[in-house]
Formats: sequence, C-alpha cells, structure tokens
Amino acid sequence: MTPTLQIFLIVSSALFCIGLLAALSRRHAIFILIGIEMMLAAANLNFIAFWRFSPEPHQPTGVMVAIFSIAIAAAEAAVGLALVISVYRHYRTTNVDQFDQLKG
Amino acid sequence: MSAAFVIISILTLAAALAAATLPKLMHAALSFAVAFVGLAAFFFLLGAEFVGLVQIFVYIGAVAVLIVFTILLTRRDVEKDRGFNWSGVVVAIAVFGGLIWAIFKTQSLSVAAPGMSVLTVKHIGEVLMTGYVWPLLCVGLLLTAALVGALILVMEEKR
Amino acid sequence: MSVAIDQIFVNGKRWLLSWLAGAPDWLVQVASSLINIFALLAVFLTLFALMSVLERKILGRIQNRYGPNRVGPFGLLQPIADGIKMLIKEDIVPVRADKIVHFLAPVLIAATAILALGIIPYGRNMTPFTIDGGILFFFAVGSTTELAVFMAGWGSNNKFSMLGAMRAIAQMISYELPLIITVLPVVMIVGSLAPDTIVAAQDGYAFGVVPRWFVLTPWGAAAFLLFFVSGLVESNRTPFDVPEGESEIVAGHMTEYSGFKYATFFMAEYIGMFAITGLAITLFLGGWHAPVRALEFVPSYIWFFAKLGALLFVYIWLRGTLPRTRVDQIMNFAWKFMLPMAFTCMVAAAVWHYAGRGLRGWLWSFVVIAVAYTALSIILDTRKKFASRTYRFAE
Repeated sequence: MTPTLQIFLIVSSALFCIGLLAALSRRHAIFILIGIEMMLAAANLNFIAFWRFSPEPHQPTGVMVAIFSIAIAAAEAAVGLALVISVYRHYRTTNVDQFDQLKG
Repeated sequence: MSAAFVIISILTLAAALAAATLPKLMHAALSFAVAFVGLAAFFFLLGAEFVGLVQIFVYIGAVAVLIVFTILLTRRDVEKDRGFNWSGVVVAIAVFGGLIWAIFKTQSLSVAAPGMSVLTVKHIGEVLMTGYVWPLLCVGLLLTAALVGALILVMEEKR
Repeated sequence: MSVAIDQIFVNGKRWLLSWLAGAPDWLVQVASSLINIFALLAVFLTLFALMSVLERKILGRIQNRYGPNRVGPFGLLQPIADGIKMLIKEDIVPVRADKIVHFLAPVLIAATAILALGIIPYGRNMTPFTIDGGILFFFAVGSTTELAVFMAGWGSNNKFSMLGAMRAIAQMISYELPLIITVLPVVMIVGSLAPDTIVAAQDGYAFGVVPRWFVLTPWGAAAFLLFFVSGLVESNRTPFDVPEGESEIVAGHMTEYSGFKYATFFMAEYIGMFAITGLAITLFLGGWHAPVRALEFVPSYIWFFAKLGALLFVYIWLRGTLPRTRVDQIMNFAWKFMLPMAFTCMVAAAVWHYAGRGLRGWLWSFVVIAVAYTALSIILDTRKKFASRTYRFAE
C-alpha cells in the first residue's frame, strides 16, 4: 500500500496526542516541556506531509515553515528549561502541583 | 516505501509513548531522542532531506542534550516522576478521536503523492535568501534574544 | 592504464553487482550499499589497528625509546595481541548502574563515528554515499556523539564519570561552533554542501603550477588551522584530553567500562579522528587531487590516504609534544579567540571572492585576517602583569 496523505496525517495526529498526553498527565516540569516539543514536531510533520502531497511541490513553502518552526522550537526549549532551572532554585522541587502560590 | 514507512512509524510512536509514560526520567528523555530520529526518518521518506538533517542536528544534538542537562541539575536524588494524572489520558484519546474523524471526513485528503523533482539544498538556499529573507533575519534576532534571556534567567544573583 | 588502476575498486564493485543482473531494483540497491559498507569497515578497521601500534611507536621515538617491538616484525602485529587481550577481559558492570544505558553508550558512539565516514570522497567516483547535504549530515551525526558521551557518564552511576562526561560535553559543544563556522567559507565559495562538488571545485592549477586547493588561500589556511584544532578537541586528543585525563579523573566517562566496551570507545575515538581528518582533506586540501600535474598518474585514493597519513602524523606529533591544557583555558580559547577568528575567515573569503579570485583578492583577504588576528591578540592579552620587583639584599 502506498501511503496516502491520510496515513501521514493519522501518524502525525497520533504523535500530537501522545505529546498532549505527556503535557497533561506528567507532574514533572521537564516532561511537560518534552510534551510540548513533541506537539511542535508533530505539527512539522503535518506541514511537510501537506507540502509533499500538494499539487505544486516545487515551491518549498512547507519546508520553509518547518525549518523556521524547528529554529523557534529550539529557542523555546532553551528558555523553557532556563525557567525550570530558576524555578527549581526557588522552590527546590520540580513537581508542578507544588507551584500553587498564586492559587485562590 | 511502504515497508520502511511501517517500521519507522512503529518505532516513532513506540518511542514517543515511552517518552510520555516511562517513570524513570533519563529513560524517558533518551526515548524522546529516539522518537526524533524516527521523525527525521519520516522527513527523509517524504523527500525533505535538508529538514531531516536539521531536525537531527537541532533536536537531538541540542534540545535533547539541554533536557538531559536540566534533569541532572534539578534532581534531589529523586529518580522517578511520582504521580501520573489519568485524566490526561482521557483528554488525549478524545482529541485523537476528534482528529481522526476530521481526517476521514475530508474527502480531498486521500490523494497519492504527485511526482516531484528532488529538492536540492541550493534551491532551499535561493528561496531563503530571496523570498524568505525577512523571516530569516527575524529568526536570527529571536534566537539571540532567547539566548540572552535564558542566560539572564539562569545567572546566579549576586548577593 | 592509470585510469584503470584509479578506478579499480569502482570496476570491481560493478563486476560484483553484475552477478545480480536480473534481480529486482531494491535488491541491487541494498547489495550496492552493503558492498560499500563492508569495504569502508574493512579499510578503516585495518587503519585503526595499524594506527594504534604506529602511534605508540612514534610516541616512543619522540620520547627517545622504542615503541612496542616484540610481537611480529617491528611490533606491527601488536593490534592482534591487543585485540585478544581486550576480548578475553571480564566485562564488569557496576551493580547499581543503569544496564540498558550503560550498554548502549559505546554502541551509539561507535555507530555515529562510523556513520560520519560514509560521505567522504576517497577517490574519483569513490564516495560511499552521496547525499546532497553531505556536510550537514556529517555535523548532525557528530553532534549526536555528545548525547552518547552523556549516556556513558550517567549510565555508570559514578560521580567521576558524570564529572568527566560534563567536561567532555562542555568541551565538545564549545568547539562545535568554530568547527562549523570555519566550514562555512568553503561552502559559501563553492556554493554546495555536497563533498563531491567541493572536491571538484578544487580541480585545476592556477598559473599552471599551483593547485587550486583552498588551503593555499589566506582564508583557507586560517580556516584549515582552526578546523584542525577544533578537530583535535572534538576527538579529545592531547593537548585537549581533559575528559580522559588519567591523572585527574581516572578515565572520565569511560571509567566503568572494561574489556571490549573500552575497546569500542577507543575505536570510536580513532574513527572520529579519521572522519574529521578526512573532512579536512575534502574541504581544504583538495580531496583526492594530486598537488603537481606531473604526479597525476598516481591513483586518486593513494593521494587521499597519503594526505590522511600526513595529518594523522601531525596529530600524533602534537600528542607527543604538548602538555595538557586546563579546562578554563580550553573554554576561553574557544569562545574568545576561535569564534571571532572563524567569523573573520568568512568575511575574508567574501573579500577574496569579490576582489576577483586572483592576486588582488589574495592580498586583500590576507590583510583582513592579519588585522583581525592582531586586534584579537592585543585585546586578549592575558599574560599577568606583575608588579615591579623590589629586591632586598642583606646589608
């Protein structure tokens, strides 16, 4: 069976939902970041799949968006991890259930 | 193409699931790296080789190393991630169901791949420097700002 | 006749593949890749074995003693004895070490080192795998080495291993930047990331005599020196072998590995060295081209391996001559000196191109590099300034 566009979209949405699972159900701050990175990567796969199956693939629009998205995801991971480290210095824990000083 | 596709998709989804559910921190971070290798293999399969190489370079060479370093710097001899919120699983499955329904309902998505000439790095370079030069400069500025910001966040405060 | 000797391996592979004449297309492709891989592994594992004994002999001669000379004529069969010793050693894994990570680390390091060898052109039409973004592939695979070093350090459950791994990663990440930025001038001038195109751009002779290698231009010479030093650091060789400094942290991230796994780390370091040297030859020293027109009858792969041997000799020479640098000296050198010089090389290459690629371009780019180097040496003058001494003599 040659993979059609639908198969690629199913795989990328599965990856997106696994990233969503990691972001919603883990209690460690770094894993929430891992989940977010996985969601970004699944969206990249979506862009490339749509570019490949589009009627004019000689215009590399999808590829450009994916390249910039990877660069921005790297910047966001760096800043997010720096945030985690500096929050850890203050609270001495990375369990997000304990960051509740603004609650109520 | 289809045998390779099946193997790569099983590898990627299994590694991603492992990254999302393994209790031991380091194992999850390393299976995250394996999931991105699988994703880069997908990009190669789709003919976007440059993006696949950039993905390996950036995600595995930089982001995975960052994550592993941060796990090291923020542990107090706690090796496992305690606590797992099961309602997240329900939400994720619901979102997956909704996306699958949307994909199958759209008729125009069951097309086969059209023929394509190979996308060379030269072509990507030309397009980057002519059509996409503004986003390129903005991304450069953004990366510099992120670098400086991350450094400031992590610097020890002088007492 | 010389063309036949030059293409002997290419024709040999074609003859082997002709046995599969009627097979389906994918089978021929898989067979072709397998032949490439086997040839590559055979050549480089033999070279690794040879180099391990030659290094010890050359180091011995530098230190005014014989190297190993008991096993075989001039000690050249020493690798066999070493191999047998490594294989029959007991494989000790610490009890509380993470078994999977501890096992996979040497495998991953060796795999990435061997992968990087695949895109280098070893002779005319003799590149194992032609990828359009070959140089990017090399660096992507090289950056995966850091993760493997970290896995080795963490999987051993040993504070010294962890410290050694952190130092190794800090060193490797810092020097990846000059490594990549010094490659950029070459890619800019040639206009392609494929190693075959870069080698082909260094074809021909200027004024009929001087080969058009990039190392003979000012920006190319500076970039080659910077690339060479960064390659030394990336392969953790003396004078930058802080990660495996035996007098400081035992063996760093390789402390808890014994027997065959240690041999795998050792092999990965040497093959990484071959890969970086091979890339330096491809980018700056003209690949498999001959230096003089009169010697062009010598086969292209002989030239490549001769240049490889010369550069490896320089590596061994440096190891025998220079002492180890301190970790903070290494970091300062990378960020304060090599990075600005690498950017200067890029500017100098652009100046060379736009001033015409002849004598005028040569002189202007030399001026750019000289100005930048002098400015950096004055600004970074880190010699401590001592106060004037007062002498007190017994009166």
